[in-house]
Amino acid sequence: MALVLMTMAGFWALGAVMRVPSRMRWVMIGFLYLAVVLAHLILPPGTGLRVATGNSAAPWLVLGGLAALGLTYGRGLAWLRARHSAKTTPPPSATPPTRFRPAELDRYARHIMLREIGGPGQRALKDARVLVIGAGGLGAPVLLYLAGAGVGTIGVIDGDVVDNSNLQRQVIHSDASIGMAKVFSAAQTMRALNPFIAVECYNRRLEPNMAAALFADYDLIMDGSDNFATRYLVNRTAVACGKPLISAAITQWEGQISLYDPARGGPCYQCLFPQEPAPGTVPTCAEAGVAAPLPGVIGAMMALEAVKHLTQAGQGLRGRLMLYDGLYSESRMIRTTARADCPACHGQGHAPENRPAPDTAV
Amino acid sequence: MVRVKIWGSLRPLADGQSEIELEARTFKEVLDQLGARYPALRPQIKRGVSMALNGRIYREAWFTKIPPESEVVLMPYMAGG
Repeated sequence: MALVLMTMAGFWALGAVMRVPSRMRWVMIGFLYLAVVLAHLILPPGTGLRVATGNSAAPWLVLGGLAALGLTYGRGLAWLRARHSAKTTPPPSATPPTRFRPAELDRYARHIMLREIGGPGQRALKDARVLVIGAGGLGAPVLLYLAGAGVGTIGVIDGDVVDNSNLQRQVIHSDASIGMAKVFSAAQTMRALNPFIAVECYNRRLEPNMAAALFADYDLIMDGSDNFATRYLVNRTAVACGKPLISAAITQWEGQISLYDPARGGPCYQCLFPQEPAPGTVPTCAEAGVAAPLPGVIGAMMALEAVKHLTQAGQGLRGRLMLYDGLYSESRMIRTTARADCPACHGQGHAPENRPAPDTAV
Repeated sequence: MVRVKIWGSLRPLADGQSEIELEARTFKEVLDQLGARYPALRPQIKRGVSMALNGRIYREAWFTKIPPESEVVLMPYMAGG
């Protein structure tokens, strides 16, 4: 019997030396095994060949059975493993959610204890990607509060550098960062405030040729830009990409803020403000002046609306424009509706029942 | 009669009045009468103002009819950030 087993081992070794595929070698060993078993079954007892290979077929059949058992077990195990990993392996495009570290749970404790936010809300903030247009007066509080609140990825686009005259209200920048690109100055402050977030900087003006590609990368757009051309571009692009837009604007002592999200209902920015004023007719903050804390008030409102939007807490400013008069400490809400003749969204956000009567404007 | 609510930094230019009552049928008539009554408002009006009427915001829609007993909110253009 030992002789046969050694022959089998010999086949294997010889096959290895001659680079015969292992499948062929197993076939050769299988033939030898079958020949031995056949010899025991056919030849009469006492034959030389039968005596030399153990007198009986029984040990050979037991050996074969064990081999078959082992083979079946191995194959079965491999099949189960393949089936399991097929089920649990995520598709390669999906990034696995990163877990909160203990320091993060402490940091966000006051959020997590809010019934409207809680653990799932904080998770939603961490998974969110928010793009902020402008790192100026409105951008400063928006970026600071989004960073503090734990929004996982914050993009910021602005082509300006920090100027001495910005620091009266743009509190994300500091005296030491005068002359530095605003996006890098802002990113530095945000990372210092919260090292658990990712900041993506775009040190340039938003231009029509790249806006759509940029917006596609984000879940929520926030407009704190300082001119009408950019505001209309942001709105058109957000509508085209189907992205919600929280947009605010200020001048001197007053501000306005709303959520524009016609893809999920309500008007877009251009439904409210159909005509873009000619460039140069509207004074900028530099020409008209602005009270230092005013962008802080309106920018903090933007950040609050963003946190609410991302965590689905409360009710946002869809279909409502909030006006704030800092000079007389008053605020006012104006109901807004989509316009079917809007060149940007064509009134797609209309609820059918509240389509307005035809416009009487000339 | 139309009640015009003067908003924010426009208010000091209208002698601090928060609400002004006018007889007017269009935005142009509102703006003409405001300019006549409060000359300090004229440069702002010339530069551009928005008017909200019943939940709609109008810019340069001068001949829009204003129903009687309406409230119009007058505010400056806001583009700053």
